[in-house]
Amino acid sequence: MPASSADAPAQVDARFSAAPLEDPGARLRRTARRVVSRLLGALLVLWGAATAAFLAQAVLPGDRATIIFNIRAGQPIERTPEELAAINAQYGFQDPVLTQYLHHLSGLVRGDLGESYQQFRPVTDVIGEQLAPTLVLTLTAIALAWAGMVVWVVLTAGRGRRTAGLGAAVDTATAGLPHYWLGIVLLLVFALQLRWFPVISGNSPAGLLLPALTLAVPLAGFMGQATRTEFERALQQPFVLSARTRGAGDLAIRLRHVLRHAALPAVTLSGWALGATISGAVVVETVYTRAGIGRVLVTAVNNQDLPIVTGVVLLVAALYVVANLLVDLVHGLVDPRTAKGGRPS
Amino acid sequence: MSAAQHAGPTGRSGEPVLSVRGLHVGFARREGVRDVVHDVSFDLHPGECLAVVGESGSGKSVTARTLVGLTGDGALVRAERLHFDGADVRGLSARDWRRTRGRRIGFVLQDALVSLDPLRPVGAEVEEALRLHGWRERRARRAKVLELLTAVGVPSARARARQRPDELSGGLRQRALIASAIALDPEVVVADEPTTALDVTVQAQVLDLLAEQKRRGVAIVLISHDLSVVARLADRVLVMSGGRVVESGPTREVLTAPRHEYTRALIAAVPGEHTRGERLSPAPAAVLPRPRAERPGGTVLEASGLVKRYATAEGSHTAVSGVSFSLRAGRTLGIVGESGSGKSTTARLALALTAPDEGVVNLLGRPWSQVPEAQRRERRKEVSVVQQDPLSSFDPRWTVERVLLDALPPRRSRTAGERRARLRELLAQVGLDEDVLARFPLTLSGGQRQRVSIARALAPEPSVVVLDEAVSALDVSVQAQVLDLLADLQRALGLSYLFISHDLGVVYHVSDDVLVMKDGEVVERGSAEDVFERPQHPYTRELVSALPRLAGQRAEEEAR
Repeated sequence: MPASSADAPAQVDARFSAAPLEDPGARLRRTARRVVSRLLGALLVLWGAATAAFLAQAVLPGDRATIIFNIRAGQPIERTPEELAAINAQYGFQDPVLTQYLHHLSGLVRGDLGESYQQFRPVTDVIGEQLAPTLVLTLTAIALAWAGMVVWVVLTAGRGRRTAGLGAAVDTATAGLPHYWLGIVLLLVFALQLRWFPVISGNSPAGLLLPALTLAVPLAGFMGQATRTEFERALQQPFVLSARTRGAGDLAIRLRHVLRHAALPAVTLSGWALGATISGAVVVETVYTRAGIGRVLVTAVNNQDLPIVTGVVLLVAALYVVANLLVDLVHGLVDPRTAKGGRPS
Repeated sequence: MSAAQHAGPTGRSGEPVLSVRGLHVGFARREGVRDVVHDVSFDLHPGECLAVVGESGSGKSVTARTLVGLTGDGALVRAERLHFDGADVRGLSARDWRRTRGRRIGFVLQDALVSLDPLRPVGAEVEEALRLHGWRERRARRAKVLELLTAVGVPSARARARQRPDELSGGLRQRALIASAIALDPEVVVADEPTTALDVTVQAQVLDLLAEQKRRGVAIVLISHDLSVVARLADRVLVMSGGRVVESGPTREVLTAPRHEYTRALIAAVPGEHTRGERLSPAPAAVLPRPRAERPGGTVLEASGLVKRYATAEGSHTAVSGVSFSLRAGRTLGIVGESGSGKSTTARLALALTAPDEGVVNLLGRPWSQVPEAQRRERRKEVSVVQQDPLSSFDPRWTVERVLLDALPPRRSRTAGERRARLRELLAQVGLDEDVLARFPLTLSGGQRQRVSIARALAPEPSVVVLDEAVSALDVSVQAQVLDLLADLQRALGLSYLFISHDLGVVYHVSDDVLVMKDGEVVERGSAEDVFERPQHPYTRELVSALPRLAGQRAEEEAR
């Protein structure tokens, strides 16, 4: 064909170049399907956790009535069968296991996690009081980890062998730091030596920083490792060259294009991190003498206060579920391609 | 367009917008500096198109990137002169380069899913060019984006601007890339393989788009491996090989009367109507130690009324609809079509990797698609496949030896010595030395890898080989060698080929019979000569006319 398209612009033949525009109704239906299936999955996880927690209580060695007496008395004393029978009747330990299980589940549905053996108070109250400080701590830690990780990776990734090597080495070193060691070092240096922060952090904002950093630094290192790999891979992609040829500067490209690609693994890790920082909080709250779920858990485990332990286990499971739902949501926002279901090829 | 015409290629009175003398580009390596571009010189005037042609590793892309100051980390650029619009750009600061790029020199990359940021809508990518160069007001930018997308021929631009690259076809993505490169009316556009990976009709549209820019007085540097693309757009050509310019001159002169041996080989390697039955590469025919007797004639692979549907979110999509064909012993049946035409699904049906919803496939006169896999397994050795990208079709942790041993039919050669002998024979057939056996696929060149995958396909001694875009990823001279090899093998072993390609020239070169597919249906069938010389269906005519040709061929046709 002679190149005779003098009439500008070149005409497009819709047969070859038009990808179908999607009907908004279909997109909505697909989103609804996804949400429903995710919620069902979440319920299944919670049910599993509740069952596992119940079984742990039911099959644990030792007579539960005796344990309850010992907790209350603070010392092991031989009890008479009559005394034990009263406790057994109160908690329903004599019922068939299935009855107990259904009772446990129906309690959960009503939001009743039972009563602490030691404190004679509903587990929900005990946990509820302590939940807020721990959530504040873990969410601050995750935010700090993200901030530190992003700055560090953006500044060092893919910048020549030496800088990138240093960046990666710092990631690896910090990822391996144990919470208890890091917590004590930070406490010694910044609270005791430099006196910048209170030793006993209580619930003050100033007291939050060191415990949050203790949780954040290893997490930042860990997320940094995953992000850095993606970041350096994304820097090699043609769209980076494309952006440069439009006149974009290096930092702009890193922030505007590459970071979004590299953030995906860190987003995934953040869901896991919420659970992991709660278990980290067990150590940190003890080191910094902070109130929180971690301390409640430590005390309850020491005292064999099983309803509290069970409650914390369920709470952590629920948090994991929520965190993963959030992660899925954010994932879909960062990478819209994943939000779209299976495409015909 | 009168204003633009003074600056056109004919009136070269004005100053060149780009002027390059003695350009050397090297990369600092541990061993020292390794030069990849040697002594490149050219002038480019407004409204003119200069093509830089070469195969992978010729230094053409490095040259292109040097023109926008993006040669890369550790690059050493030396030149006697490197002038843009009369000013020396050798000492340009990073900041000045950023102001020049996008605004005064636009750059178009090859289409790929990732040439535009895959996480952002294409509109945002085009908008970025405006935002970076002083378009402060968001609304004005948005309006300009729509204007640009419309100007490059994107239909319903408003909706398309909100879609991501993966939601668009290759042609639309390439248009969006061009829109972002010309957003600020640059004086020069550097286009690096702008039509590679596009279907032939879309390729023609994209070339028209660039021609339109040229008419408006934009100077174009066209980087391509494809001589026929060059023939269509360029006024002058630089042929590069091994980092050096081996030949340069007006396009017609270079393509019709090439002076350098490399240029001649490059032109001879382009398959098409003129090359049927001839060798494409200067290399001698492969030594084939064991010519087998011609297999008995007749039909080896036969399909009738094939239909394949896929379920999608919106219902079902018919990938293949009523396709019938028969492949005769020792012959080649070409299936040609653009992306999405159903040719690859047809290949999968022929290989019985997918069950047809309707219709049957018979292999060597016996049912093939309609029997259980357990019965097919014994007969699978009769049909082999060679795919487009050999690298991803190999296990990267396996050596070539293991790849080939794995493909040997277990019962045929029992002892280690026999297997070893068979491997040697296979390697000889595909023209490889024995020392590749110990190597990993990643360390082989593209041509070597494709030879290994052909050897793997031959290992079970098949009668039919399905070649699915088997040469599409290769440089033209390597493609020529592989096509020659396939022809030699067919003659010596009596193989039948089902040859699937989007490349009309290649299909014309190799095929005895041709099917033209579109939207899952066969729109035309017949002997290769009939289909290509006397196309009946309007779609085939469109394909054949969109096929870019070398200037020489075009000149001959015009003379006729």
